[in-house]
Amino acid sequence: MQITVNGKIRDVDVEDDMPLLWVLRDELGITGVKYGCGIAQCGACTVQMDGLAVRSCQVTAASADGADITTIEGLGTPDALHVMQAAWVEHQVAQCGYCQSGQIMQAVTLLDTNPDPTDDDIDAVMSGNLCRCGTYPRIRAAIKTAAAKMQET
Amino acid sequence: MGRLRTIARRTFLFGSVAIAGGVAFGTYLVKRDIPNPLEDDLAAGEATFNPWVKIDGQTITLITPHSDKGQGVVSAQAALIAEELDLDFGQFKVSFGAPSPAYWNTAMASEGAPFKSTDQSFAAETTRSMMGGLMKVIGLQGTGGSTSMADSFDKLRYAGAVARETLKLAASQQHGVPVAELKTKSGAVILPDGTEIPYTALANAAAALDPVEDVTLRDPSMWRLIGKPMERLDIVGKSTGTLDYGIDLSVDGMVHAAVRLDPCRSGEIVSYDASAARAMRGVSDVLEITDGLAVIADNTWRAIQAANAIDVTWGNPPYPPAMDGHWDALAASFNPDQLDRQWRDDGDVDGALASGSVVEAEYRSPYVAHAPLEPLNAIVVVTDDTVEIWTGHQMPRQLLTIISGVTGHDEAQITFHNQFIGGSFGHRLEFEYIKQAAEIANQMRGTPVKLTYSREEDFAQDFPRHIAMGRAKGTVSNGQVETIDVAIAAPSVMSSQMARAGIPVPGPDMQIAAGAWNNPYAIPNYRMSAYRAPELAPTSSWRAVGAPAAGFIFDSFLDELIHAAGADPMAERIRLIDHDVSRKVLEAVADMSSWGGELAPNQGRGVAFVESFGVPTAEVVQVTATDAGIRLDKVWVACDVGTVIDPVNFENLVQGGVIFGLGHAINSEITYADGMAEQTNYHAHEAMRMYQCPEIIVKGLENNSHVRGIGEPPVPPAAPALANAIFAATGQRLREMPFNKFIDFV
Repeated sequence: MQITVNGKIRDVDVEDDMPLLWVLRDELGITGVKYGCGIAQCGACTVQMDGLAVRSCQVTAASADGADITTIEGLGTPDALHVMQAAWVEHQVAQCGYCQSGQIMQAVTLLDTNPDPTDDDIDAVMSGNLCRCGTYPRIRAAIKTAAAKMQET
Repeated sequence: MGRLRTIARRTFLFGSVAIAGGVAFGTYLVKRDIPNPLEDDLAAGEATFNPWVKIDGQTITLITPHSDKGQGVVSAQAALIAEELDLDFGQFKVSFGAPSPAYWNTAMASEGAPFKSTDQSFAAETTRSMMGGLMKVIGLQGTGGSTSMADSFDKLRYAGAVARETLKLAASQQHGVPVAELKTKSGAVILPDGTEIPYTALANAAAALDPVEDVTLRDPSMWRLIGKPMERLDIVGKSTGTLDYGIDLSVDGMVHAAVRLDPCRSGEIVSYDASAARAMRGVSDVLEITDGLAVIADNTWRAIQAANAIDVTWGNPPYPPAMDGHWDALAASFNPDQLDRQWRDDGDVDGALASGSVVEAEYRSPYVAHAPLEPLNAIVVVTDDTVEIWTGHQMPRQLLTIISGVTGHDEAQITFHNQFIGGSFGHRLEFEYIKQAAEIANQMRGTPVKLTYSREEDFAQDFPRHIAMGRAKGTVSNGQVETIDVAIAAPSVMSSQMARAGIPVPGPDMQIAAGAWNNPYAIPNYRMSAYRAPELAPTSSWRAVGAPAAGFIFDSFLDELIHAAGADPMAERIRLIDHDVSRKVLEAVADMSSWGGELAPNQGRGVAFVESFGVPTAEVVQVTATDAGIRLDKVWVACDVGTVIDPVNFENLVQGGVIFGLGHAINSEITYADGMAEQTNYHAHEAMRMYQCPEIIVKGLENNSHVRGIGEPPVPPAAPALANAIFAATGQRLREMPFNKFIDFV
């Protein structure tokens, strides 16, 4: 199979049913995407596939063949933060941080489709992403900050 | 060393009785300096002043030995050193350092002393200091019990001050200027003429000096960092996917392992057939290990798939196979033979209960999983002469002892690289996953092995929070609470957990009673009795340990009594409190929440107060009873940690603790059927998701004379405050968690 990950074309030779999560983590060494549950219950493995947030633990290698994948590493870097990441830093969202890659990828997709979400919109879209540390109040605040910043530009 | 360890262990073994006898000898040992581990591999031109600071010509390294599982203690520890050393964030590297007795945790020992944290009497304080000395002897380096700040607050500021004064002395000698005329700022010594000499330029000279030990800590009015919002050192890494957790690491030549472990903890594999697993792509071997089987493969997913494909029959569990048996064992434990300790007996409880109209209730607190989001994992490579380990763990020193027992290597041959941890809540106090990785690696010496648990194994192999049952009686008189008599039966979580850690803990288990005996209420008749149930399912410390169960039982019943008395839940708690710091916490939360204000007919508010880990914490929860169920509107929290190190991180941790307490109280329990935990993944044990999360207003007070940690104390009051609020809104009293078994939530 061939996938584009963060702008680079990558060839991989795996079983059709290997989840994209493990293709990224173990075959390509892209570890910003996290394994949390393997059954789409936690959202830690969220990446964008062709512009939409997906749980990479539920996307098979076969169905990702030819797709354009963006992981947290493709969003921004420590020296060039994406607006959402900058909001995450501004609000000091992370505690353990393990869910935050997935939270951020989900939040980016939320604003892509709904640039000015209500509180209920945020809750509805973000409730699929589990945070065991309970950083939800800060995630809400960071999304609002990012939404406001994006509206300015 | 052999004799020292024997004595230390024996002293620890006999608990508080032997401490008094052992203290003279203990004092001698305690005053002997423990070597600075940074001296072991110090290169030419590198200076170290104590176990926390190392400087060479290019780099300043601060050692932050307390493990960081999300609570931000790497940053907080660094800030304490940097405060006195006059460093800015960005001017230094941090490292967890190597396991060493130099990093003994004095505060953790103090919390084990059988005195209320609010008791600052001479006896209580001296016993705490003896316990601290004991830990120095034992060299137990641990992170837990919300002790990191209590342990570090003076020690690390002192470490920074010693380094600063030694660097000033080096500059003084180098430039012929009296020390008194030197200043320090932003990583440099400043000469009287304004010339800045970077610390790194002084490393060589400072390395030749004995550290200047006679230093004075700065007055809080001079603090630049402590008490101010900080940007956590890990925050950018955690927002960009660039911070590596243990599960993200790889080592050259590494193979991947997954385990299939006994879900019944029977210690027996009756039979198994791994032929299907062995035939799967990428699988190179299937190994037998102590607790089950391990698959070796070239990829995590392939290893997990193959482990699931093993057909295996396990033995019978050493505990009741179903929940009825667990609850029956607790119910049968309320008898004199199983009295673990009567922790408190004020006034005349029996007399009051015999003469008045008695209010009675029974409560249950379930098993609950830790389930941090990063599944357990470890990389281990064993050779004939060395063991090297990469994982995140909360007890690095004990880890060496445990792994030494697995592979037969001396502790000195074992190298441990601690890692940032993707959540713990107590899970990373356990050693089993590292023992298993070491067993696997020991069977294939020379090959690095990375063991990753599947989420299902993580749930099945968890040692959950212990179950507890409470039986409470009380009386009221003239609109006031007069008598409270709370008995709690539970298995000993400390005994279960520390047995696996190889540390015997005889004597009563304070965690059965924590949150029920120690609340500073001057109730005329106040008795708290802890009964020890037999060990059932193996259990382990879960965030706040005993207080989420015992605090729920105690505060809920106190609320029942207050309602029976016809008193106001807030006013009566404030009236009963006889500890100023605690009273101010309740008064603050009453003020913040405008307690007593108008509510809609279907709304209700509950207040709860629980002291845990020395932190009095009060929470008010407001709920609305809607057609779709209970909605959590808002929570107010006030607590007192003495000194707030970083107000932003503090607020985050308090909010997270409340969410952790509420989410599990509403939604989560572990139950056993056929000896196995029935909940296998987050769909069955999800705690709180964002849609249920209320707004949470936080206030940190600073009246406490001791500096305390905030990781755990916000958890225990959350469940009773919610139950009390639901009672206020609906008239329904919830006496068992999780609450969603009895009432719907939005």
